[in-house]
Amino acid sequence: MKKILLGNEAIVQGALEAGVDFVSGYPGCPSAEIGDEFLKIAKENGVYAEWSTNEKVALEAAIGASFSGLKSLVNMKSFGINVCSDSLLPLAYTGTKAPMVIVVADDPSCWSSAQSEQDSRGYAYLSHIPVLEPSDPQECRDFTKLGFEISEKFNIPVILMTTTRVSHQKMPVEFNKTNSKPQKIGEFIKNPHQFSTMPPRVLEMKKELLEKLEKIKAYAQISKINKISKNPGSEKFGIAASGVAYLHTLEALKELDLDIPILKINLFYPLADKTIASFIKKLKKVLVVEELEGYLEKEIKIIAKDNGLNLQIFGKDLLPKTGELNTEEVILALSEILKLKIENSKFNLPASRQELKIPRRTARLCEGCPYWHIFPVIKRIAPEGAIFGGDIGCNMIAGLAPHSMHDYLFSMGASLGISHGVKKSVSPDGPKVISLMGDGTFFHAGIPALINAVYNKSNPLVVILDNRITAMTGHQQNPGMGKTGMDENTEELKIEEIAKACGVKHIKVLDPVNTKEFEDTIKEFLDKDEVSLIICKRICKLLEKRQNSPSQIISPD
Amino acid sequence: MQDKTFNIIISGVGGQGVITMLSLIDEAVFIDGYDVKSSELHGLSQRGGSVLAHVRLGKKVYSPLVQDGRADLIIGLELLEGLRVLNFANKDTAVLVNKYIFPVLGGLPQKEIVKKLNESFTKKMHIIEASDICKAKLQNEVVGAIYLLGYAVGKNLIPIKKESILKAIENIVPEKYRELNIKAFNLAYGDN
Ligand SMILES: Cc1ncc(C[n+]2csc(CCOP(=O)(O)OP(=O)(O)O)c2C)c(N)n1
Repeated sequence: MKKILLGNEAIVQGALEAGVDFVSGYPGCPSAEIGDEFLKIAKENGVYAEWSTNEKVALEAAIGASFSGLKSLVNMKSFGINVCSDSLLPLAYTGTKAPMVIVVADDPSCWSSAQSEQDSRGYAYLSHIPVLEPSDPQECRDFTKLGFEISEKFNIPVILMTTTRVSHQKMPVEFNKTNSKPQKIGEFIKNPHQFSTMPPRVLEMKKELLEKLEKIKAYAQISKINKISKNPGSEKFGIAASGVAYLHTLEALKELDLDIPILKINLFYPLADKTIASFIKKLKKVLVVEELEGYLEKEIKIIAKDNGLNLQIFGKDLLPKTGELNTEEVILALSEILKLKIENSKFNLPASRQELKIPRRTARLCEGCPYWHIFPVIKRIAPEGAIFGGDIGCNMIAGLAPHSMHDYLFSMGASLGISHGVKKSVSPDGPKVISLMGDGTFFHAGIPALINAVYNKSNPLVVILDNRITAMTGHQQNPGMGKTGMDENTEELKIEEIAKACGVKHIKVLDPVNTKEFEDTIKEFLDKDEVSLIICKRICKLLEKRQNSPSQIISPD
Repeated sequence: MQDKTFNIIISGVGGQGVITMLSLIDEAVFIDGYDVKSSELHGLSQRGGSVLAHVRLGKKVYSPLVQDGRADLIIGLELLEGLRVLNFANKDTAVLVNKYIFPVLGGLPQKEIVKKLNESFTKKMHIIEASDICKAKLQNEVVGAIYLLGYAVGKNLIPIKKESILKAIENIVPEKYRELNIKAFNLAYGDN
């Protein structure tokens, strides 16, 4: 059958067709709909699904499932792979028992990301894990299935790498309807030889891994995972492209009315060097079209050299290394190489964005957001020169006007880690340091930072913005809510109790609408010689609205 | 449908229904049997921020993104957001903007935005009080987006049949809002 699907929905469909049993992940943009959708349909499809506390434990949960014989899928945004990398690398060594696909969604142009514009493909080199790069929703569905196939055949996890323009692209997608199956019960059969990386076994495993990769390379060549549109002929010019940039390339060629052979790279790693060598050997010039880093370009240059081929290889000299690509940019690169005269609409536009001088409409706190009771109060009460550590989530808006109160913003939980370092470094009578952190972030990565600050005796004030949910990424459950991702009742973890167990002596839970109490507590805690922590507990306004009228649909955009 | 790909840009503010409109167009084109690709930006990170969606339809569509200056139709669900995406317009682009404003820090007064829109180089500028009309006649301003879609179909600004949009509404919009959406669509379609 055929239906309009979002890239992320197509990934879910592909996984269902592959017979996935176990889904874990951590929400973020642009991957969140994968987990959201699975949690909705899990039960009826015989799938176990969860939001884990962070990406590292999400991956580890899936490793446990794989070792117990269940097919698993892990979903996360770009930064998630940084968090889970510590377990990702050994996983390549042990390999999987039942197949596993790890979806990582990058965000070129940082549409929904602070932190960095990372190109997660680099992890392929670090981890030696195969990476598939779909261009559109149809390939999202197809490559998810292919990922499970490769994983099953070679007992290795496979990363499916998307970007915002792939995950959030829609098109008619061809797929097979699946029937619901009973939830599979796994069995853990002891096999420390495979599952334990204790030396000296670990080095043997590395050798096995490298051999596996050679086999996967050969397989990719034989089964033609990478596609050549037509064999190079007299033109002596060809293009290698990957991801959504491939689609912009096709569009550019259509617009310029050019018929140029294209090698579409679907398996980024391990790169099928023979396929590439045979494609480029008849060419005098090749353009590599990829987003962000010039990884493929570098690889292709090496392959050319190794094969004694003398051709010109263009890539990041003509295409930007930052920001997502588009058709115009590919047209410009092509016209540069082919010395075409083009009339580019970009340069003779009657009105450009700059000319119009339109103020940016940045994200802001929703009407009725509890944070309206928090940011202005902290700002008012904090003494002159106070330093503010910002963290990830809706509370990031504290960094924007009219609040403008961030002195640093890094990664989840980092506000506290850095505040501790600042506090340790400046004079004890120096500036007060205040960290702002959401409840979801506290559970994700805040706890080790809190322990560190207590253990190593510094005294920042931590304000937890407990809006009772992981809000920014679209309202996902977290351990503080007493509900699992599948909406089952579970233990409600209390941040104040965790903080107490971490050795925090000054803890206050309050409702931030009680301004006086909040003000007094800030004043009192800022004078403490130890770490202090205020939990501002008030439900996210949108969540409250939704709970009061569950049938009301809150628009997802 | 002609050979050439038809390019649409939809802009608005988070929560205004940009994604719903995009889904309706995608579905309607699919019902008509043509190819379609669209690109949207999701997430609460967009709440209160600008939302921009691209839709491209035709016999065979490759890229999901519309190039600067290449839109055939621009639908702005808000005045400033309509103005913001004029970089996608050329002189032949039909531009449909809802005369409705979501204030923004340091923003322009409504009059000035309307003036700038009217002075723009596009020959086919339609500034319509979609939200106000829907509020007055249907007691609901959120369906202003669907009103604009009805207007576009009625005036032949978009190569999609009325029946296909109605079918798409049936397929996509939850039952309890369906009638309201159809009313809003027909209201504008009939006014043409
Ligand atoms: C490692 C990592 N995973 C996921 C994300 C995506 N992300 C951005 S904001 C956010 C939610 C934070 O929730 P919470 O701390 O509860 O703050 P709130 O949005 O509710 O203010 C997440 C998960 C990220 N930035 N980094």
